[in-house]
Amino acid sequence: MEVRHSLLSLIRPGLHSLSSSWKDADVNLDFTREEQEFREDVRCFFQTALPDSIRRKIRLNRDLSRQELVDWTRILNRKGWAVPHWPIEWGGTGWGPVKQAIFLDTLQQENAPETLSFGTSMVGPIIYTFGNEEQKRRFLPRIANLDDWWCQGFSEPGAGSDLASLATTAIRDGDHYIVNGQKTWTTLAQHANWIFCLVRTNREVRKQAGISFLLIDMATPGVAVRPIQTIDGGHEINDVFLDNVRVPVENLVGEENLGWSYAKFLLGNERTGIARVGASKALLRQVRELLDTDSGPGSVAGDILRFRERLAALEVELKALEITQYRVLARQAEQGDTRQNPAASILKVKGTEIQQAISELILDMAGARALAVHDPEENGGHFADPDSWTQTVAATYANWRKISIYGGSNEIQRNIIAKQILS
Amino acid sequence: MIFELTDQQRLVKDSVDRLMSDRYTFEARETIRKGTENWSRERWKDYAGLGLLALRVDEADGGFGCGPFDTMIVMEAFGRALALEPYVSTVLLGAGLIRLAANAEQRARLLPPLCEGRLLLAFAHSEEQSGNDLRHVAATAAPAEGGFVLNGKKTLVLHGDSADYLIVSARSSGATLDPSGIGLFLVAAEASGLSRRSYRMIDGQRAADIELNGVRVSPDNVIDASGQSLPIIQQVVEETIAALAAEAVGVMDEMLRLTSDYLRVRKQFGVEIASFQAIQHRLADMFIALEQARSMAMFAANACQSDDASHRSTCIAAAKVQISRSIRFVSQQAIQLHGGIGMTMEYKIGHLFQRATMIDTLFGNGDHHLSRLAAGSGLFAALDGCASDSR
Ligand SMILES: Cc1cc2nc3c(=O)[nH]c(=O)nc-3n(C[C@H](O)[C@H](O)[C@H](O)COP(=O)(O)OP(=O)(O)OC[C@H]3O[C@@H](n4cnc5c(N)ncnc54)[C@H](O)[C@@H]3O)c2cc1C
Repeated sequence: MEVRHSLLSLIRPGLHSLSSSWKDADVNLDFTREEQEFREDVRCFFQTALPDSIRRKIRLNRDLSRQELVDWTRILNRKGWAVPHWPIEWGGTGWGPVKQAIFLDTLQQENAPETLSFGTSMVGPIIYTFGNEEQKRRFLPRIANLDDWWCQGFSEPGAGSDLASLATTAIRDGDHYIVNGQKTWTTLAQHANWIFCLVRTNREVRKQAGISFLLIDMATPGVAVRPIQTIDGGHEINDVFLDNVRVPVENLVGEENLGWSYAKFLLGNERTGIARVGASKALLRQVRELLDTDSGPGSVAGDILRFRERLAALEVELKALEITQYRVLARQAEQGDTRQNPAASILKVKGTEIQQAISELILDMAGARALAVHDPEENGGHFADPDSWTQTVAATYANWRKISIYGGSNEIQRNIIAKQILS
Repeated sequence: MIFELTDQQRLVKDSVDRLMSDRYTFEARETIRKGTENWSRERWKDYAGLGLLALRVDEADGGFGCGPFDTMIVMEAFGRALALEPYVSTVLLGAGLIRLAANAEQRARLLPPLCEGRLLLAFAHSEEQSGNDLRHVAATAAPAEGGFVLNGKKTLVLHGDSADYLIVSARSSGATLDPSGIGLFLVAAEASGLSRRSYRMIDGQRAADIELNGVRVSPDNVIDASGQSLPIIQQVVEETIAALAAEAVGVMDEMLRLTSDYLRVRKQFGVEIASFQAIQHRLADMFIALEQARSMAMFAANACQSDDASHRSTCIAAAKVQISRSIRFVSQQAIQLHGGIGMTMEYKIGHLFQRATMIDTLFGNGDHHLSRLAAGSGLFAALDGCASDSR
């Protein structure tokens, strides 16, 4: 055929140079058989290994106790899956980014808790990337097994989005640093025995150039934790006061005054994990179930069409985000790095907007049934009907306003995207 | 999952991108748009020369047997350049229907000249009352002398004015909205009893209204008289929506590029307007909308590889919802951020806007597809992952 010939002649010059790397499997968004089998294995594990009591709490978005997360992390760690993304020598699995994403997605869809990110996704990677051998041996196995509970001491009253303006100081005194200052919004510091901090070690230079990364044992004299109640009535954040805290110099990670570059590396990690596509899938599935089953006074029935359309619209956005996430990961697998990829910021912005919209939808579905507070303390630690979905929806709605604020606020993410487009 | 283009696809992409940037600059396009046919037969020959008209035609019929992702590559480039040629009508709809519904003799008669750029088709399906309902066919096909006689009116036949042949849907049995009873018939544009009235559409492309008054179709031009053409029409329309999704991505990509370029040169208050954060955040939101749309265009193309018709319909509806939402936002903001210059026909952004509106609206807008989705069992019904979720 004449036409066929012309396209082939166009391709042929390229063909010779490419012959060895000729690739002709077409683009395909379906999982390969191997990926499917992997997901089945993972799912079977979660279905059998996850205690029911924990699954139910996650499904209703109730807080886990410290012990529950420790127990679950150890179940994962025994299986070798507590820190799948780490280097193999420190307990990682060697899975590529796509498999890691399938793992996380499945974990979330099965309503299994994620491991404590401050350890497994933040300080762990910092230590194996920038720490010395002694630090790796000392800390990494204890992070994977949740023997140490880490919290993140970055933000301060005067340093939020402009984190580099932080004021907590660390002054060298022999083989110690003397640390003074205040950290705030410190998530789950009440459970923690270690905190990783950004501290100022040089005031004479540009603000980013005088920051160091310190590991602080919270049992050290001078460390004090004060709880902060959040708008949903819960307790997950705290102030952490550091008053003449003596920190051995061997707890410095990497080089003095290079802490800012380590922190930037870490915030990149934080951003990709934050899309939480699997968790949103699980929620949308719950919404669909509720739309099919919720009945009686004040039920969804009266507004069912509008709710169905809101659900459908969220499903579309989530599907788009899921594919965007796999595209980002595929590029990461190909090129090795995403931190300069503005698409990673899409995951943060869209992922959080979708989660917030879902929490709003569920709030609206509950209607007036959402308004009474079911305080476990008033009920001797028990909820009136521990399985009623309407009890936690208002708290979740309020609590989830946080997700577009932390991890680099969505405004900051938009700054990042715009900078990349305009550069 | 595989996201990488094949080497062959990369070559197709390079050559179509090169062709469009060499021969389809905005100035060249303006000359074409203002010409007599409002599209270019020269460029059509170029497309034929590159094999773009033959991508999805089976190898046995003189084509390349490529998949929907190849179409996606071409459509994205056409979207960026705002190509005016009758690719949708001839290649996506026309050749699509022939590929799926015609017999071997008809394929051998029609597809080679179509691939070589010597035959133009159009699909005469919509009628004044159809809205977005593909089942709506009031035009009739009555058996006569081994063939059929067609009567009725068709509207918004894309590029119906320049087509050599029309593929007409007409009903041999059943009521107007009956899913069965619809057939497909090939009618020469010159056939007696056929009249067409052509007009420009908002994006500068042309369409025609067609009247059929006792038009005779000989037996060899009966494409499908089984009365079961609706599923085929549905599939071809859905493949076309997937292709338009890719075109939409090209349109938005170009809008974002032009807009960000403009923001860096336009100065007000003594500074580049790109330095205003309100503007930067709008740009970031446009980028997010574009990338979400790109993901769903891929989702749509992927769905076209599936044999499961209801899965495909669900995925295509979802893709169209995202495309419509994204393109409406991106196109409105692109005009807004250009200020007055965005409102003139002298500048490309306004033309992109008009094509955007066209794509948004064709084959059902976002709201239409959203209510279809809302009535179904959703995209995440089964506990499953990624693209296979919705099965
Ligand atoms: C529930 C919760 C848990 C947290 N946990 C931790 C933790 O464990 N450890 C820790 O270190 N920190 C934690 N944080 C802190 C979090 O990282 C900060 O809240 C975040 O960086 C924003 O800082 P900020 O609260 O001071 O707000 P600000 O920076 O004061 O911002 C206020 C508003 O101004 C906007 N804004 C700021 N700068 C810009 C700009 N340049 N352009 C446009 N808009 C801008 C912001 O987007 C926001 O809308 C937590 C926060 C919350 C809410």
